[in-house]
Amino acid sequence: MGNLRTPLYDWHVSRKARMVPFGGWDMPVQYTGIIDEHTAVRQCCGLFDISHMGRLVFDGSDALPFIQKVFTNDAATMKMGQVRYGLICNEQGGILDDVLVYRLPEFWLMVVNASNRTKIVAWLRKHLGSADATVTDRTLDWSMIALQGPRAVESNEVAGRLKYYYAAVTGIPDRDGMQIISRTGYTGEDGYEAIVPNDYIEELVFMLTEKQTTWRYDFPVLPCGLGARDTLRLEAAMPLYGHELGEAIDPIQAGLSWAVKFDKGDFVGRESLLTLKDAARAQRVGIELDGRKAAREGCSILKDGAIVGSVTSGSFAPTLGKSLAMAYVQPGLAAVGTTLIVDIRGSEVAARVVPLPFYKRPRV
Amino acid sequence: MDLKTLRYAKSHEWAILHGELCTVGITQFAVDQLTDVTNLDLPKVGRKLDAGKPFGEIESVKAVFDLIAPVTGDVVEVNAAVAGDPSIINQDPYGAGWMLKIKVPAGATLTHLMDLGQYEKQLAEEGH
Repeated sequence: MGNLRTPLYDWHVSRKARMVPFGGWDMPVQYTGIIDEHTAVRQCCGLFDISHMGRLVFDGSDALPFIQKVFTNDAATMKMGQVRYGLICNEQGGILDDVLVYRLPEFWLMVVNASNRTKIVAWLRKHLGSADATVTDRTLDWSMIALQGPRAVESNEVAGRLKYYYAAVTGIPDRDGMQIISRTGYTGEDGYEAIVPNDYIEELVFMLTEKQTTWRYDFPVLPCGLGARDTLRLEAAMPLYGHELGEAIDPIQAGLSWAVKFDKGDFVGRESLLTLKDAARAQRVGIELDGRKAAREGCSILKDGAIVGSVTSGSFAPTLGKSLAMAYVQPGLAAVGTTLIVDIRGSEVAARVVPLPFYKRPRV
Repeated sequence: MDLKTLRYAKSHEWAILHGELCTVGITQFAVDQLTDVTNLDLPKVGRKLDAGKPFGEIESVKAVFDLIAPVTGDVVEVNAAVAGDPSIINQDPYGAGWMLKIKVPAGATLTHLMDLGQYEKQLAEEGH
């Protein structure tokens, strides 16, 4: 079976994107260049097609208790319009996916990773039981874009009024249908994400990227690919499923215990996570390396000649101008300041554990 | 730089010979494939290179590639500017972005490398 294409596929090709397979989709990895795109997001505004992300609608009178059962964070304390990050774990506490849950007036929404969508839909249906709840996969009906950067919210009237990690459902000017605007993102920058019907996305992207004299803002919105999305999220130390997260990793060792609420009542994986909580196991850390050589996924981490961990993501970080990585290391070596060696294709590069996130946006 | 005066390796390095001194860099095509160069590992002056063997590494945000010596000889000069700021290679791969000067044995030639026509044909065959 071929890869899926988002409704913006032809637009990407017309913008000379380099297309790559990702999570079962053909996605743009870059247009003009990763560093250009990365810099646009840090300084102004970039636009990402994230239609490959899974969008699942939860409906029915038991939607909330059902979400509570499969989600590690607490959805019951969410205010109307709020968006919350959390994990879906298996019974052993291993991470099946990291997701965003939206509490919207008409329904609950869950945004899941593209590569996990079919697995998560099956997992949810398996756990539905007799609950009065439905899970509908709307991924292929709706498109999704992210506008990220210090000026991004100026390009959308609704977004500018939203608080961080809140969403609103609104109409679309001059047509039927609705859109979901949320002040969320995966770049460490301010910005918003928009979920819109497929037949509106091209028009919206055209309005955002082509200079319109009728439009209210005058800054360029640069199309950005998955390459920049990856370097941006690395600087912001946001974990990526398949790298920092997976079924053999639990949320606590991943540094995500803030998204696990043991007090909210039972949920899948809770018992295992309670026993794992204080067990000694590898921890996710941030690492800064000497020089400009990038540590890649799978590079071994050494201490006193012994392998003590491995890199899960690494890159030359465009904004910070350094070689940075996230890694799992043995628990005694996770403290900030610990010196380590990273083996990059046979050359031993000095490195040290530094606080996460590597990059924090300046607050105004 | 007149690209017709250069010779090309299959692995996308270019070379030009002035007497016994061979200057080496990478082609525009290689730069386009790499995109933003973030790191460059070059050998030290004095290192002996063998044609067809790696002499260094070039790295972009997404990937890392070996640099392959187009000729056999001794490294006599390394471009310190590109070693310090590898983005120069993106801006001017045939000029300021040169990498090494290699002293080749007396009588050595570049006839084992492709001329521009042959190199362009290779690119066309690779589907570019």
